[in-house]
Amino acid sequence: MKPDDPNIRWVEPPKLGMLGKSYLMLFLQGLTTALRHLFFHKKITLQSPEGRHAIVDPPRYRGVHRLNLDEQGRVKCVACFLCSTACPAHCIDIVAERSPWPDREKYPKVFNIDELRCIFCGMCEQACPVEAIELTSFYDLTGKSREEMIFDKEKLISVYRETKDREPMPSARIPLAPREVSSAAGGEESGEHRVKGEGRAGPLAEREEYVKPLAEREEYKGEQP
Amino acid sequence: MLPILLESLLKIALVVGGLMTAAAYLVLGERWIAAWIQDRVGPNRAGVPLTRLRLFGLGQPMADGVKFLFKAEFTPAQVDKALYFVAPVTIFVTALAAFAVVPFGSVLPTGWLPASWGVSEPIRLVIAPGIDVGMIYVFAMGSIAVYGVVLGGWASNNKYSFLGGMRSSAQLISYELPMGLGILGIVLASGSLRLESIIQRQADTGLWNVFGQPLGLLVFGVASFAEASRLPFDLPEAEQELVGGYHTEYFGVKLLMYLVGEYLHMVMAAFLIVILFFGGWHFWGLTGSSDVVTWPVAALRVVVLATKVLAVIFFFMLARWSWARFRYDQLMSLAWLVMLPLGMVNVAYMAVWAEYGPRLARWFGVPEAAAMTAAGWAVLLAAWLVATLLVPSRSDNRPRLDAGKGTVPFSWQTSSTPGSDPSMPRKLGQSPEAEEMPLR
Repeated sequence: MKPDDPNIRWVEPPKLGMLGKSYLMLFLQGLTTALRHLFFHKKITLQSPEGRHAIVDPPRYRGVHRLNLDEQGRVKCVACFLCSTACPAHCIDIVAERSPWPDREKYPKVFNIDELRCIFCGMCEQACPVEAIELTSFYDLTGKSREEMIFDKEKLISVYRETKDREPMPSARIPLAPREVSSAAGGEESGEHRVKGEGRAGPLAEREEYVKPLAEREEYKGEQP
Repeated sequence: MLPILLESLLKIALVVGGLMTAAAYLVLGERWIAAWIQDRVGPNRAGVPLTRLRLFGLGQPMADGVKFLFKAEFTPAQVDKALYFVAPVTIFVTALAAFAVVPFGSVLPTGWLPASWGVSEPIRLVIAPGIDVGMIYVFAMGSIAVYGVVLGGWASNNKYSFLGGMRSSAQLISYELPMGLGILGIVLASGSLRLESIIQRQADTGLWNVFGQPLGLLVFGVASFAEASRLPFDLPEAEQELVGGYHTEYFGVKLLMYLVGEYLHMVMAAFLIVILFFGGWHFWGLTGSSDVVTWPVAALRVVVLATKVLAVIFFFMLARWSWARFRYDQLMSLAWLVMLPLGMVNVAYMAVWAEYGPRLARWFGVPEAAAMTAAGWAVLLAAWLVATLLVPSRSDNRPRLDAGKGTVPFSWQTSSTPGSDPSMPRKLGQSPEAEEMPLR
């Protein structure tokens, strides 16, 4: 780009006064800023691994995956392959088999996620129609080999068992639904406002699967056992 | 002969060992101070190896050194092999050799050595005592150090290294001039180039040079920041712009030599500032000024000198996080348009003062020290004010569109109708005619 290009918008630098030109104020400002931080500011370092940063909103955090179980202890996954189709990193590997239960056709015989390939974008969670796959707030994932980092079904379910109390499934977070909250609050505030005020789910709480019980959703009516 | 040799070797061992240790721990100190200023904790884990003792991270220099020493020795294919090896050695050796004439204390008491050794002179705490060209020697060594930087940048055969080397050659050579002028005033005031004599003179009069010629301190201080390539003058490395500057292609022991050499430059600059302007080992009411000392006084002088040097080094580290790096044209403008004239003013003032100062003070009936302090600060303020008024502002580095056209004044702001003046940049979305108008 040449300097006389008409598309360049020239911005004037601020005019310096006498103090600015003498460099005296800049000298003092820089020095006092550095000294203030040196002596008076609180250290913000968190010593790892002794201390950890609090995750502000665990349901929204995109950490290691888990495979959710339903009330009867069965994997919720119906092996529809929507997550592995949505996955931009192609890290989800599913082998489906005919389901032994009457309420679904298939279930995953194999469900592998390569956590080394995963980019933790959360699109599998978005794609899942039955809230089977979810991202937890567990983030410091280590392993001694590449094979160890390929999480199979058992491992993903163990992640669920580990985290289910801290981070309940969306359908278990239903008490945040606007209708119920507003009725409990006596209609003073709008339900949506209260949901935001809870500070747990934020805008995600406005998504349908967060506010509506799964059984009430049109597409599942009559299919639940 | 033998005692003198032994004495010199002992002092060399003391200085080299002390400087190496100091450089290692100054790196740790710098990292701590950098961390604290940035609201971090800093290195605090490395302690005694193989134990859980952390000692606030005091083992960090050892860990760093071991890491550097155990790096694979590898020579990049594109480098000029001989120069690539010589450059860090040059900078390291010259930085270390310059300390030969720098006193690290005053003098030891006499009479404790056996008379048969034949040591009649008191032992001075400087490796090569009584060198009459001490200051010039320090400068010569500093000038050779420029070769280390330039050769490193050239030999690496890497554009970032080369840019760093080019920048630093211009920077270091430019700032040697104001540095020399800053010292001339001291030499005029002290009548000697020997660093011991310069300290002795300040101790005798009790008037540190910082009071008599603060302008000299300003010029010398800024120049020594630039000579040590410390922020805000660290353009040779400028890691945000040049990867690592002239030592981009270096690693392992050679990089260690570069880094230690740079640290030694900073330590040397701190020593020079303290010795030339802050009275060296002298402190009022503590150290006295006599050449005949007792052991406590001799130790106290070493402690006072070390404390002052550490304070100046602390300022160096603080300055790193206080001011932004200068742009290259600002750097050059500062050297040639500000510091060089100010240095000349200081030399002229000191020359006039050396000739007429004492007489003037007597005529006014004030003590010479007070008169010199007043005059020195008056000169500083006046020179600073004049520099502020006269030196053009360098905040704007845009290309001048009227350059080469001869008649058009610098008129981006004053041009009335946008688009009518070809040298005036037009705003976006103007009429098609304006868009089609030829620019030249």
